[in-house]
Amino acid sequence: MSAATHQDGPKAAPGFLRRLLSSPSGAIGLAIVFLLIFCALFAEMLAPYNPTKMGAGGRFLPPGGDHLLGTDEFGRDMFSRILFGSRITLLIGAVAVGISLTIGLAVGMIAAFRRGWIEAILMRSTDVLFSFTETLIALSFVAVLGPSLQNAVIAVGVAGIPFYARTCYAAALVETAKPYFEASISAGAGPTRLVLVHLLPNVLPTMIVVATLGVSTAILAAAGLSFLGLGAQPPTSEWGYMLAGSRDYINRAPWLMTIPGIAIAMTVLGFNLLGDGLRSSLDPVERK
Amino acid sequence: MNALLSVKNLSVSIGDKALVEGISFDLAPGEVLSIVGESGSGKSMTAKALMGLLPPMASATGTAMFDGANLLAPHSKTPRGTGIGLIFQEPMTALTPVLTIGLQLTEALESHGLCSKDEARRRAVDMLDRVGIPDPAARMRQYPHELSGGMRQRVVIAMMMLLGPRVLIADEPTTALDVTVQAQILDLLKEIVRETQIGLILITHDMGVVAEMADHVLVMKAGKAEELGPVRDLFASPAAVYTRDLLEAVPRIDAVSTRSGLDTQTLLSVRNITKTFQTRGALFKSGAAHRALDDVSFEVRRGETLALVGESGSGKTTLGRVIARLTAADAGQVMLEGTDLTGLNGRDLQTRRRAVQMVFQDPYASLDPRQTVGRTIAEPMIIHDTLTKTERTQRVESLLDKVGLSADMAQRYPHEFSGGQRQRIAIARAMAARPTLVIADEPTSALDVSIQARVLDLLEGLKQSEDLTMLFISHDLAVVRQIADRVAVMRNGRILELGPASALFAAPKHPYTRALIDVAPVPDPARKRGKRPVLRGDYPTGPLREADVGHWVAT
Repeated sequence: MSAATHQDGPKAAPGFLRRLLSSPSGAIGLAIVFLLIFCALFAEMLAPYNPTKMGAGGRFLPPGGDHLLGTDEFGRDMFSRILFGSRITLLIGAVAVGISLTIGLAVGMIAAFRRGWIEAILMRSTDVLFSFTETLIALSFVAVLGPSLQNAVIAVGVAGIPFYARTCYAAALVETAKPYFEASISAGAGPTRLVLVHLLPNVLPTMIVVATLGVSTAILAAAGLSFLGLGAQPPTSEWGYMLAGSRDYINRAPWLMTIPGIAIAMTVLGFNLLGDGLRSSLDPVERK
Repeated sequence: MNALLSVKNLSVSIGDKALVEGISFDLAPGEVLSIVGESGSGKSMTAKALMGLLPPMASATGTAMFDGANLLAPHSKTPRGTGIGLIFQEPMTALTPVLTIGLQLTEALESHGLCSKDEARRRAVDMLDRVGIPDPAARMRQYPHELSGGMRQRVVIAMMMLLGPRVLIADEPTTALDVTVQAQILDLLKEIVRETQIGLILITHDMGVVAEMADHVLVMKAGKAEELGPVRDLFASPAAVYTRDLLEAVPRIDAVSTRSGLDTQTLLSVRNITKTFQTRGALFKSGAAHRALDDVSFEVRRGETLALVGESGSGKTTLGRVIARLTAADAGQVMLEGTDLTGLNGRDLQTRRRAVQMVFQDPYASLDPRQTVGRTIAEPMIIHDTLTKTERTQRVESLLDKVGLSADMAQRYPHEFSGGQRQRIAIARAMAARPTLVIADEPTSALDVSIQARVLDLLEGLKQSEDLTMLFISHDLAVVRQIADRVAVMRNGRILELGPASALFAAPKHPYTRALIDVAPVPDPARKRGKRPVLRGDYPTGPLREADVGHWVAT
């Protein structure tokens, strides 16, 4: 139904894209994210070596020459590992945020729409989850499920729910109090119609901005879990895990630590800039 | 007499876009000049240019001579406060919420280096007394939120007058206030002008206020002056076509009511409705209860327009919402054609809701911004009717046509429409449900006066053609007089008087109704401008008794 709305308003799309690209943060953010997606999609073609093949030319080779970004302690090509790592990073971001966003949206909208005791239960339990830091929730989740990349992503996604639920709840409360919503109630609209036709399309723009900013948080959290050895397991080319593995060689081969670090930082920066740009181009107040 | 302020050829533009073009006027001491116009006419922009408060990208040309200096010259500084004072529409935002009244009053005096601290305090107390604030010494220690809107506006006026300006610019100073409070503030401004011989520029959209206050009137439209002249001449024989249209559009409280009381069967019967709002209390302390509706009963007859009139806080909106089942009542019944709406739930309620439709005040929030206008209007049909898609489209188009919009507008989104057009769309949506009762909650108070007149005509026309009954909620007695068959006057959650519009306006039987009618500004400068009666707080609020046939009064 939200697709139908977009179909009806063809003028909305180009204007929106122009506004996004006219803001420096939006344009740079979009460029970084596109570069990342490009790397992830064509990793096989772009990578000069197999990322998990050991000893391809020697260990601890510095950047330059045959190996653009050098090799690691097992002689694996760093450039290829970074390229394949972008795939996992994007997947982590998308899946974790997808989990947080879907459940957060549902919880927030139901709480704001139904009010009463349902609201009390949903929002108070959200408050309880909120009082723990996300990393702690994620850690305890992994502790129960066991360390693996898949579990780390689920853990990060669940840990993000309270934040998304709160934001969605606040946005939904504002919308349900508006006359257009009450006019629909007066017209006899049932709960399904009210939530799906009126509430969801009106809270979605806010939530898309929040989710874009949230991708970077999720990537950082997952990288953190991998760094602690609770996420990606060897020999996966995951940036957080690569960071952890190179800790012992910081003096001998500093690039092993620097390169995944820069990759993570750039990705986070890209999503943050894109989220910022989205916010200012979607917000009708800032648009003026 | 020498002019205090002489404006010649004032123009304001942003880039190539002219917002104000070639405005000229003179303001003499002790004179009230009204600048009248609808939204976007450039009246506020003119005031901002004089105050030197234009946004950075705007530029002003022309001359405005005040005290031997041109206020519009580049790098000139308007003597804000000491020379020209400004009073805003919204008294809350003009005062800092975190500082006491006393501090805000004396601050300006001290910062301008006009007097010592003790002297400033003494003068501030005197001035508060002067603007009619009871117990001024105690008020000095209070914060703005502890005062009512009218009191706050008095404080703002006091603050301005303390600095001894010679020109006062008041930008819609009473628009945010209730009609009884508005009367007091206007009286106060008039008195100040007479006693201190300052010049007052009164910016307003209300022709009634103009007639009561102004000596000269400047009518503006789209940034240009349409007409400038003495108030009596302008009202008696308006030269510009626009002025004539504007005057004709103004509803008059003293108009002859041509409506006759209908005597048909009862459609809606409201019985003993009570609603109490609980304000949130602190921890270990229960909140205070506010009784919004106190045992309200009345009937609406089929085919009539019943107006609910009252000031803010009278409970009129809550009553409308209770009838529409948007707010649940604590006790009482709402009987519509024999069914008690308060007893319905779930599916039954959803199907029954179509009989009662609302038109809301705010045209900007009453349409879903993410739905096309066509989808918004079609919603009641999608829910209740089994129409094919083409039938629905046809009906949407015919509804758009009925409310005076074109059929191709169905594809557009609300943000592409003006306030008046949006209100028409909201009316079309209400009609789409084919209701028996329409509740219009201040449907025109956010609109300009010429647009208001057209929307009222539309409602009236639809009522006839669609065989509707209307509950019209308003604070504006003049509008009510124009549209209502019967009127119910509300105050503090109770109905004080209920009767046929003609009888109620001609011979109000309740003192509160009489006071409300007396204080309403009448757009006729020839009427005697006397000081209006002060409204006292206590009125009879007992049960309604029939004083005349169909005319009920609280005893």
